[in-house]
Amino acid sequence: MSGIVADNISMVFTLPNGDQVHALNNVNLNVKDGEIISVLGPSGCGKTTLLNIIAGFLRPTSGKIIRENVEVTGPGSDRGMVFQQGALFEWMTVEKNIAFGPKMAGRPAAETKRKVDELLQIVGLQDFGKKPVYQLSGGMQQRVALARCLANDPEVILMDEPLGALDALTREKMQSLVLKLWKETRKTIILITHSVEEALFLGERLIVMAPRPGRILREYELPFADRGLVESPRQIKASHEFVETREEILSLIWGMEEEIMGNDQELEPA
Amino acid sequence: MSKHHTPPSGVSVWLGLKDNVFTQQKTVRFGDASAVNSGRFYSILTVVILLSAWGIASALGMLESFYWPSVNATLARMGKLLSEGFRNVAFWDHIGISVFRVLGGVLLGALVGIPLGLAMGLSSIARGLFDPIVEFMRPIPPLALIPLIILWFGIDETAKIFLLFLASLFIMTIAARSGVNSVKITKVHAAYSLGASRTQILFHVILPNALPEIFTGLRTAMGVCWGTVVAAELVAADKGVGSMIMIAKNFLQTDTVVIGIIVIGLIGYTIELGMRYLERLLIPWQGKG
Repeated sequence: MSGIVADNISMVFTLPNGDQVHALNNVNLNVKDGEIISVLGPSGCGKTTLLNIIAGFLRPTSGKIIRENVEVTGPGSDRGMVFQQGALFEWMTVEKNIAFGPKMAGRPAAETKRKVDELLQIVGLQDFGKKPVYQLSGGMQQRVALARCLANDPEVILMDEPLGALDALTREKMQSLVLKLWKETRKTIILITHSVEEALFLGERLIVMAPRPGRILREYELPFADRGLVESPRQIKASHEFVETREEILSLIWGMEEEIMGNDQELEPA
Repeated sequence: MSKHHTPPSGVSVWLGLKDNVFTQQKTVRFGDASAVNSGRFYSILTVVILLSAWGIASALGMLESFYWPSVNATLARMGKLLSEGFRNVAFWDHIGISVFRVLGGVLLGALVGIPLGLAMGLSSIARGLFDPIVEFMRPIPPLALIPLIILWFGIDETAKIFLLFLASLFIMTIAARSGVNSVKITKVHAAYSLGASRTQILFHVILPNALPEIFTGLRTAMGVCWGTVVAAELVAADKGVGSMIMIAKNFLQTDTVVIGIIVIGLIGYTIELGMRYLERLLIPWQGKG
């Protein structure tokens, strides 16, 4: 099956002065086929490191990533990646960016063109195919990034804070687009985010990570992604259940931050 | 605010006598470089003053033609150079041969330097092997190599083009190397995740990403080589703008020397403008990654 298993992953970075940083400590994660999960945590909890290991860009100090009973040893087109920003090829048009994967794989040009046109429709950029990507807004650029990833038809899509640099309104629209794409393609999606709301809204399952050492703290099973396919996002985000879970997770993360940074009230004189 | 501004006319803005409307709305101007306008009027003034001073001095007979020619003598010489050429070589051929040497040298330097720089950015073996050579050669002015090159090649075309090849080679190598270093790792990661092979990543990601820096290198190389060719021709050549002014000096033809100097300046400027134009045309995404 096309799920993904993180088997007891530990990652230790050794700094030039010899100090060791435990970025990840015994992380176990089993992502089922077709599942969308979100990973949330304060900065320094190792969430991006985990994603880079799953993508095959980093080799873990111990443990392994297994996909379809095979250990992951490097990047591959079965695991598509959507980055925060700046990963598009700015010397190419929108179309050529999207066609990159199929073209590199030597797919027939006509087939690729059909696919590109279809994807331009899906992400709502049908009039922008011939534009150079640097003329597009941040939100549109991330649509291109999504389409480029989908053009390759990967089984797993890894998203590293793909909406992190967008303004609040664009971000909400893009969240709905991600849900729509998940519904239509039923890809396995792992989404890293530092927005609690986004993690709740998009994850069927939500993993909360904690720092020092980076580890999985809690897991939540969530109904909102499924509901997001039928209900309006505003309605869901305003619902009692959503707000309650958000507050719970926020205080969990606040607790971690205070542990690291100290309590603000203690620092400031009253 | 009761004060009404009438927008400045296009001509006065173009001349830099008035700020444009946007700049007028800025209260902080000292220290804001974008609020300093072109001052074009004063540029024109400078040129006019210099030319008039020359004209007046000529008319009053104040110029000693040994040190600086009069306007009339210069124009007459220019006419003669255009019609008869200089030392049996047409005026434009002197310019043409110099430009040809520069283009040839830069082209060869780019053909070798770009692959070398890419290799140095991509492989530690290539970097290790060539780093001592590149870093050693970089601070040596190309002119210091002329004696050695004359010993090796004599003073024919090969010698000059080889000198310019060396002058541009290290500039191009360093430009291509830093072009590779400037590639954002997320782009490379994205390409690998999209299934690209190493060769495909080199040609479809790294090379286009390095193009802006490579082009900046080309521009620098053109400038350096233009300066070098003129200097090299001063030392040893019978054709070219540099040789023209050197030989003219021997015949005390100060007017020809002055014309040569003006031509050298104008061509250098034209090359720079041409390269900037090409850069905008070929690399429109520059600085927009």
